[in-house]
Amino acid sequence: MENLERILSDHPFFHGVNKGFVELAAGCAKNARFEAGDFIFHEGEAADQFYLVREGRVALQVAAPGRGAATFLTLGAGEVFGVNWLVPPYRWVYDAKALERCRLIAMDAKCLRGKCEADHSLGYDIMKRLMPVLIDRLHETRLQFLDLYGSHG
Amino acid sequence: MMSETAALLHARPMVPQIAHVHRRRHDAPDAWTLELEMASGERFHYAPGQFNMLTAFGVGEAAISVSGDPADGPLIHTIRAVGPVSKALTQLGPGDPIGVRGPFGVGWPMAQAEGRDVVVVAGGLGLAPLRPALYRLLGERDRFGKVTLLFGARRPEEIVFRREVEHWRSRLDIDVEVIVDHATGDWHGNVGVVTNLISRLGVDPAKTLAMVCGPEVMMRFVSMALVDKGVGEEAIYLSMERNMKCAIGQCGHCQLGPTFICRDGPVFTYERLKPLLAIKEL
Ligand SMILES: Cc1cc2nc3c(=O)[nH]c(=O)nc-3n(C[C@H](O)[C@H](O)[C@H](O)COP(=O)(O)OP(=O)(O)OC[C@H]3O[C@@H](n4cnc5c(N)ncnc54)[C@H](O)[C@@H]3O)c2cc1C
Ligand code: FES
Repeated sequence: MENLERILSDHPFFHGVNKGFVELAAGCAKNARFEAGDFIFHEGEAADQFYLVREGRVALQVAAPGRGAATFLTLGAGEVFGVNWLVPPYRWVYDAKALERCRLIAMDAKCLRGKCEADHSLGYDIMKRLMPVLIDRLHETRLQFLDLYGSHG
Repeated sequence: MMSETAALLHARPMVPQIAHVHRRRHDAPDAWTLELEMASGERFHYAPGQFNMLTAFGVGEAAISVSGDPADGPLIHTIRAVGPVSKALTQLGPGDPIGVRGPFGVGWPMAQAEGRDVVVVAGGLGLAPLRPALYRLLGERDRFGKVTLLFGARRPEEIVFRREVEHWRSRLDIDVEVIVDHATGDWHGNVGVVTNLISRLGVDPAKTLAMVCGPEVMMRFVSMALVDKGVGEEAIYLSMERNMKCAIGQCGHCQLGPTFICRDGPVFTYERLKPLLAIKEL
């Protein structure tokens, strides 16, 4: 437990979170490990975890008709994924696959939602950390659509 | 002593020198690399980041950066076929004549980069004007701190200088990260936009100098991401492209606010360009 608290507070997502919150959040966390090629979750399944990457790279993919699995984003150490844990109906809308051996922290979604609900300060802090991630991803997706390199430099 | 080519350019800057295509290589779906030999037999001297005006005879002239090794070898240009001139240039084959006026402009800040960590950020064909700087950084490796190349491309098959990028990746004295917008087939690398790589980058902002080249929208967002990392606006250098005609500060075609890209650039600091980047294509 003590160890998980340290791991959590070392992760950029939890940097600067007050000790009491880390303790609370650690109560919902466990270590997880995936080998290259393992699926971490599949589209359509219940979003029952929130993941923090400690090591390795993860690909987020959607199956596109006629093209098979298309990766739209890769993530690495220090990043998070699986934010669907926060919004009903709590379902994955893409696949997550380990591109290499990954060490993750998996946070139980129900547990985390319960703690955020019970302690709004914790909930607000987590929200303030998730929001920039979501905004950045939205912005990056727009840039991907803009086809940045179409005209050359 | 000025070389014959430099003396002629000095005396008659609007008159192209004749060169011939020695070799032509297909580099990306719509981009080709030409190796040129000056008809005079002289070696063509230039600084990383400088450009030439290339003439496709009977069609016209276009500004094209030099993409070869400034210390060695033939004059090399990498050209994307977008319009009449660039299409005609990319269709030239071995032995064909081509006009060369240049080199023009202020290149990458190689002297200022000495002793510092250098982050090179390229988008698409933007790697072409940066390649001479990379040759210099790697050729005189001891003069620089940590060297990093972040390279974004649209798709894996549009990665220019692919074999060379793979070679750089295998070297221990440069960190190379490639990211594509759209992954296809067997691509196992990074997917996302190039700014993504910057947010993951460990930088010592006070020691870092950045060289950035790509489409303007990419350079704007890359500059902002570097500033977010603490890199000073005066330490971020961008290479600008605007429509050019004379390349010697006479015609005003390349004017951006009070600045002439051909004469004062094409490389500028973000600090200087920031207010001007809001001025859209003229
Ligand atoms: C300093 C400098 C360095 C340059 N270096 C290179 C280089 O190394 N390699 C290279 O391929 N080009 C480079 N360019 C861009 C090149 O000069 C232009 O693409 C070229 O002038 C196009 O001429 P064109 O007659 O073929 O096309 P134009 O007739 O001028 O244009 C045809 C169409 O293409 C569009 N277009 C024009 N320029 C571009 C562009 N850059 N990207 C996408 N669409 C465009 C036009 O809007 C038009 O719709 C550089 C430009 C500058 C100013
Ligand atoms: S191209 Fe004529 S002034 Fe710059």
